[in-house]
Order: sequence, then C-alpha cells, then structure tokens
Amino acid sequence: MSKMQIPLGPQHPALKEPENFMLVLDGEQIVDATVNLGYNHRGIEKAAENRNYIQDIYLIERVCGICSHSHVSCYIGAVEEIAKVEVPAIAKALRTIVAELERIHSHLLWLGVAAFELGYDTLFMYTWRDREQVLDCLELLSGNRVHYGMNTIGGVRRDITKEQVDEISKKIKYLKERTSYYVNVVTEEPTFLARTQNVGKLPKDVALELNAVGPTARASGVDIDVRRDEPYFIYDQLDWKVITYHTCDVFGRAVVRVLETIESYKMIEQILKAIPEGPISVKVPWKIPAGEAVFRYEAPRGEDIHYVKSNGTEYPERVKVRAPTLSNFQSLPYCLKQGYLADAVITIAAIDPCMSCTDRAVVYDINKGERKTFDQEELRKYSIEFYKKKGISFK
Amino acid sequence: MKKPLRLFPEAMKNLTKKAATSKYPFEKAKTYPGFRARIVFESEKCIGCKMCMRVCPAGAIEIVLSAEQPAPQTAADGSQIPQKKKFDCIMNLDRCIYCAQCVDICPKKALASSPDFELAQFDRKKLKLHYT
Ligand code: SF4
Ligand code: SF4
Repeated sequence: MSKMQIPLGPQHPALKEPENFMLVLDGEQIVDATVNLGYNHRGIEKAAENRNYIQDIYLIERVCGICSHSHVSCYIGAVEEIAKVEVPAIAKALRTIVAELERIHSHLLWLGVAAFELGYDTLFMYTWRDREQVLDCLELLSGNRVHYGMNTIGGVRRDITKEQVDEISKKIKYLKERTSYYVNVVTEEPTFLARTQNVGKLPKDVALELNAVGPTARASGVDIDVRRDEPYFIYDQLDWKVITYHTCDVFGRAVVRVLETIESYKMIEQILKAIPEGPISVKVPWKIPAGEAVFRYEAPRGEDIHYVKSNGTEYPERVKVRAPTLSNFQSLPYCLKQGYLADAVITIAAIDPCMSCTDRAVVYDINKGERKTFDQEELRKYSIEFYKKKGISFK
Repeated sequence: MKKPLRLFPEAMKNLTKKAATSKYPFEKAKTYPGFRARIVFESEKCIGCKMCMRVCPAGAIEIVLSAEQPAPQTAADGSQIPQKKKFDCIMNLDRCIYCAQCVDICPKKALASSPDFELAQFDRKKLKLHYT
C-alpha cells in the first residue's frame, strides 16, 4: 500500500492548542512524523525588553496559564541572582507551597486530559472535580485561580494566615486520599492499561540523546530533577524523593505523574507545619546592576530555563525562555514512529505539551526558498519599521 | 495487576450526589478575600505621583489632572493657601490584566482591588472608565 501523509492540527478536535504534526502513514502505522511549530508565537521575549523588571513579572507570568508560577519564579530567580538579593525564608517557603500546588493542579489536569484522550471520560470528570480543590487552595492563598501573582522581585506579595494554613491542610488531606485512589485506577484499570502500555516507547538512551526532560524523561528511567540536582527555594530542606519509572511508555509517564503528586502533598504538609516568620519581601532597586544569569526550575512539565541579561537600567536587555515542551518535542517524533494512528493523540498528550510556551518563529522566504537569520540590531530595526507601518509609536 | 471496573463503585456512589459544578450565573460565584478584579480609585488620596502608571504592565491606568481644581482657601491673614491638586484616573478595563501591581505600589493607598469581575461589554468604549 502506498504511504499517505496526514496532518494532525493546527486545528484538530484532539489538540487544544494550534500546532501541526505531519504523520506519514503506512496503513494504520505511523512511519514518520514531524513537529511544526509557529502557530502561536506571541513575541513575549521581545516584549519583555520594552518593559521594566516589575512589568515583566506579569508579562512572563502569562507565558503559560498552567505553569504561571514556574515561569515567573524562574525569571525572578535570575533577576535576584543578578541583583544579589537574599530572599527571606518565609518568601521561599511560600513560593515552594505555590510551586507544589501548581504541580498538583497541573498533574491532575494532565490525568484528566489523558483520560479524555483515551475516551475514558469518567476518570476525566472525577479528576477535574477534585482538581477544583487545589485550585481553591491557590485562590485562597493568592486571590486568583490561574495567574496567582504571588511573586515579586525580592519576595512574595502576600502573607499566609493561620486560617489559610488550616484550610489548605484540610484540602490536601482530602486530595491525598483521592490521589491514592487514582494511583490504583491508573495502575490497575484494564481500560487504562490497554491504551497506554507499550505506547509511545522512548528508551532511556534515546531519551538522554534527545534531551527529554521532566516526567517524560523520568518515565524512561532518567533520574533527573532540578529540585534535587540544583536545589532552589527550600527543596533541599524537605524530605521527598524523585520518582522514576522504567517502562518507557505512556503508562510510565502517567505513573510518574500521579506518584509525583503524592510527593508534592508530602512537601506541602512539611512546609505548612513550620512556616518561618518575618517580613515577606525585601526591597530591590528599580535598576538592576549589569550582569547575566541563568535560572533552572523544575516546572510540572520538566526543566524550565530562563536567561536574563541586564545592562544597569530598569529594562532588561534580553530575556530568554526555554520552556520544557520545546525540549520534549525533540523526542516526540521518535515516540510517534512505529505507533498506530489511533495512539498518536495520547502519545502527543503524554509529554503534556504546552504549545504557547514553546512556540518559536523563523523567517522563511518562499520565493527564494531560504531561511533568514537576524542579529539583534537588525531585528530591532525590522520591528520598529514593522510597527511604524502600522502607525504604532515605538519607544 | 489488572482489576476491572475500578471506577464503577465510584460512579455508583456519585449517582445520588449533587452536581459538583456551581449554578453560575444563577447563583453568585464565590470569590476569596484578596481576589483581584476591577480596580477602584479614590481621588482624595491620590497625590499624582504616577507610580501606578510606571509599573502597570498593560498600560491600562492613566492619572490626569482633574478639569476642576479646588479653589485655594483664604487664610485669616488674607493669604491664599493652595489646596491639594485633584487627580482623575482613567482605567482601560480592556487592557487591564488585574495584576494589582498598581495597588501594591501606590504610596497613598488610593487604589484598591474590588471583587467586581462581571465586566464584559458589547461596546468596547464602555470599558474605558473615568474615575473622578
Ligand atoms: S500611585 Fe497612587 S498616589 Fe500615585 S498617582 Fe497612582 S493612584 Fe495616585
Ligand atoms: S491591575 Fe495591573 S494591569 Fe490593571 S491597572 Fe493595575 S497595574 Fe495595570
């Protein structure tokens, strides 16, 4: 039978975000796959250069809706490193609580989405119902459900009260019970096992070679976690363990995520028992001294890297975001190949892709058939011209 | 180890339970204290330092001198005492991202977050609020 090429996305019922996967099929089997980015590019890195450090907190927070705390913590971590700011202990503790609550909410969300992609809507409904509890915790702590706005340069913006501690502890207890039940469902339910075992295989050596990160890598037996390898916040003072699994398939990725959620509950309980006292933030001047820093952060989807370069003014010279999904996309074609078309969606969903964080753009001249590379000065000139043509003033 | 119908008892248990979703908009949506929605402004407190404009990531807030300024008072000895200048706040709700950084930075607490979140309009012009 001749090979057939079919596009999955950018608009597709199974993908919630616009991205294109070109699949080459031989019958029902996928023999080749390519990932095409660029449908969701928002130019956030460029926009960050035109805003001051405080304004950038809220811009970077909106890189992603699910891991908003991750991106902003990563950015702020880099800025604080350049400015040599010592963050108060209570701020670090609160940042850790929000970070772990965010991981719980992201992993429960993923479990629901994965169940939905498998056509197992019952599980989807229950996980999402329970996920409301963790969103309530976040709302209680920060005021809002999605963009918490907890972080500021030099600390956090809100303190935690005794009542909040009690309320969150109560909800965590409930969630812990529920998640233990989901661990059983994920590991024992035949429907789930039939659709996930031996699907989207990614052996350990390939995962290492293709730079997989986060739960995707850990499910292939790669023992990496920034929280342990390069501790930030207060992770080095907590008792927890990195979850790895050996099956190298979608099932393994599900197991890693649910077990990681249990570890997060453990961490939150430890922090809530002994919250440090003191002021929640220190003052940081508007102008950040010249310098550069890279900050690594374990987001729910894997390692997030932010690079910030300052030039002594109140505007950063460069902010670079390397979201975990970009890294995981490298191994995705490998996972898709030799699988079946019906499994393509769950294989893509298994890396928990976040397209908007990841998107990149290239300039491609169709007539000449060549790619163009801009250096910083050229890009600046181009963007000023671009906006002038639209009648928008440019600073 | 496979155990079929793992979710079945759970589904049965929930048959008789109330729906987990809330009935919004027929029921009021619950918000927590500290919820950030429409920003409110008190002109008497504002000193016109424009710090809020400087930190607003979306360029949503604008502080301008009010058209009508309080008249200077006459002191007992006949000299004129200038009054505090009055400022207006123009809030572009279509740009605001409700981060409340303006509230945090305001040295006089002239700005505050309100829990008023039902702000949708059909006409974009109505999203430009002029607080005096
Ligand atoms: S920061 Fe406060 S006092 Fe200053 S201009 Fe804005 S509202 Fe007025
Ligand atoms: S809430 Fe944020 S976006 Fe809205 S006016 Fe204040 S600083 Fe600007």
